[in-house]
Amino acid sequence: MWSYVVRRLIFGAILVFAATIVSFTILRMSPGEPGQAEIDPRMSQDYIDQQKKLFGEDQPPVRQYLRWLGVLKLVGADTTSGILQGSMGRSRMYDQPVAGLVKSRIGATIMLNMITLLFTWLVAIPLGTWAAVKQYKWPDKFLAALSFCGMSAPGFFLALLLLWIFCSHLNLLPPGGLRAPNHDMLNPVAQVLDYLKHMIVPVLVLTFGALAGLQRIMRGKMLETLRENYIVTARAKGLSTSKVLYKHAMRNAINPLVTLLGFQFAGLFSGSALLENVINYPGMGQLMLSAARAKDQAVVMSVFLIGALMLVVGNLLAELLLGVIDPRVTYA
Amino acid sequence: MPEPINPATSAQSPVASEAQVEARALVPLVPAGRLRIGWRIFRRHKPGMVGLVILAALYFIAIFADFLAPYSYENEARDLQWSPPTRLHFVADGHFGFRPYIHPKRSFIDEDFNIRQEEDFAKRCYLRFFVQGDEHRLLGVFQTRWRLFGVDPLAAAVVKTSGDTYYSRLYLVGSDTSGRDIFSRLLYGSRISMSIGIIATSIVLVIGLFVGGVSGYFVGPVDDILQRICEMIMLLPGFYLLLMLRFMFPASMDSVKIYFCVVLIMSLIAWPGLARVIRGMVLSVRTMDFVHAARAIGQSPLRIIWNHVLPNTYGYVIVSATLGIPGYILGESGLSLLGLGIMEPIPSWGNMLQKAMDIVELDQHPWVLCPGVCIFLAVMAFNLVGDGLRDALDPRQRKVQ
Repeated sequence: MWSYVVRRLIFGAILVFAATIVSFTILRMSPGEPGQAEIDPRMSQDYIDQQKKLFGEDQPPVRQYLRWLGVLKLVGADTTSGILQGSMGRSRMYDQPVAGLVKSRIGATIMLNMITLLFTWLVAIPLGTWAAVKQYKWPDKFLAALSFCGMSAPGFFLALLLLWIFCSHLNLLPPGGLRAPNHDMLNPVAQVLDYLKHMIVPVLVLTFGALAGLQRIMRGKMLETLRENYIVTARAKGLSTSKVLYKHAMRNAINPLVTLLGFQFAGLFSGSALLENVINYPGMGQLMLSAARAKDQAVVMSVFLIGALMLVVGNLLAELLLGVIDPRVTYA
Repeated sequence: MPEPINPATSAQSPVASEAQVEARALVPLVPAGRLRIGWRIFRRHKPGMVGLVILAALYFIAIFADFLAPYSYENEARDLQWSPPTRLHFVADGHFGFRPYIHPKRSFIDEDFNIRQEEDFAKRCYLRFFVQGDEHRLLGVFQTRWRLFGVDPLAAAVVKTSGDTYYSRLYLVGSDTSGRDIFSRLLYGSRISMSIGIIATSIVLVIGLFVGGVSGYFVGPVDDILQRICEMIMLLPGFYLLLMLRFMFPASMDSVKIYFCVVLIMSLIAWPGLARVIRGMVLSVRTMDFVHAARAIGQSPLRIIWNHVLPNTYGYVIVSATLGIPGYILGESGLSLLGLGIMEPIPSWGNMLQKAMDIVELDQHPWVLCPGVCIFLAVMAFNLVGDGLRDALDPRQRKVQ
């Protein structure tokens, strides 16, 4: 098994490396110079040249890429450290290290998606079980209709609708964002409450969207499990319905779902990107959009790298989890 | 799967009387093909049929938007910006009538500097069917001014004695920031959303079928390389890739170019998913006897893939194509919402929602949310139809659902 993991990791590393090449190529193929948004007619040519030199933009593209990767420092051709040295470079637009930018944003995004993940699982598993037990009766039909709505309702529209109802009509929730204007003056408890208040709308929207799929899968697995012979045996030997359901059926039905967790791990980072931009939530999605607009090379490439890394790790996690819970799966 | 022998042609006995032949012509003996069986099952799937009806209506609207919309999408009345939905009146002088009318409106700024609107109750402008409105080309061919309904054109703008201009404009769901009719723009916007999914899906189908077919049929290095490319694209974070690819093109181009640029980007990201599943199915089909037979009689590989292998995946392909369309609709509206997709003045349901992102605007004119309802409806309809199709055409998945 370990050799399998190592092989997958090596393959994943190659994929991530290729991803950086892809993102760099796309960036270089885009019209416009990196950092051109920062150029001001009042700047002297000397200053512009100096800035270009500082960010390495006077060098040929391949050299720029190697510089960002940190290979140049490794061979001693440059003094700036790159990814290999653990530095993600410097943002042209914000004029500060990318690591700092990412650090200030990544918490918000991961927090949002973690809460969503937790909510989705807590709600979807019981609902899916309920729908399976009441197959073809009204709860099943109602839940089917609800999941259809969840699958079909665009998240951005739902978010705007909720903001309209709860913010402008009922005045209960803040209008998007993550912090109230007076956030820094609040005491710690109120600060946490403030965060939570801002997260209600995005969490609701994301959960509603993700709920549909998970609930339907759970229902399907549960129905499959209920047809198994050991369930019939359990019933025949006189176990109560609840025991059969929760001790025997549900456990076995959840098992295959656990692999989904691995895939959702990747979504922690990029699942909410569009929504963040719509409700002005200061997360990675917003950072990426503004950086891509301004052709902020270092930021775009670093964010993309993290995203690809999460996906690779998430997929590997999903495969390994499957092996852990299902003894029939072996890794050669 | 080889075509079953058609009993209508093979089982015809040479002594069949004329009456029998006639009876055969009336009762088709053609064995029900998979599509026909599928349609029979689909017809019983009520939600699927509802979806189909909604889709038919939406495509009808998209095709005849010019005729159905009371105004053209560019027709603006700057004085009536953010006008709320126009009230239709049915009762005139205490009598109820079936001809609705509206009162002309003007907007002014009150003492608190709010933009207010005032109706002139003395004047009535009746709505009529078949009025002459903005010029358009119906179906892209017939130049005409006829529109299905609208305000009597004789009362287009009424000038009052005091110098205020009153407009008799019909805003069924309100107007936008430059006084354009949102209802008309919704109808025009359906063209973008309803077509983009179809076009993107066709591109994805072509690439996905080709790559999946080739990859599954020629196992070995070709398969390996194609699969690594698929994995590569699938392992890139989708939305970020979408953004970056969008910025490969200039931010402002003419609408047609942007439209195809958006289609291209979305299909570029989406094809590996289909290709992988097709590959899996092809892998299981390629060992079957009829494929060996086709190879034995010397058919070329591409021909075998196209004629014998791929038809076995059609059930899945049709279902996944239908269920994939909502993704493209949402992708386009998402990009347009961020100002990266279809640009003003061409209306798309996504870019019409842009104003709703500002909570102040949303608070004052909630009718900007209407395009979202349309997106929801379209996506829902495709999902319903896709679900019905899955029941009808893809028996493998039917068991689980």
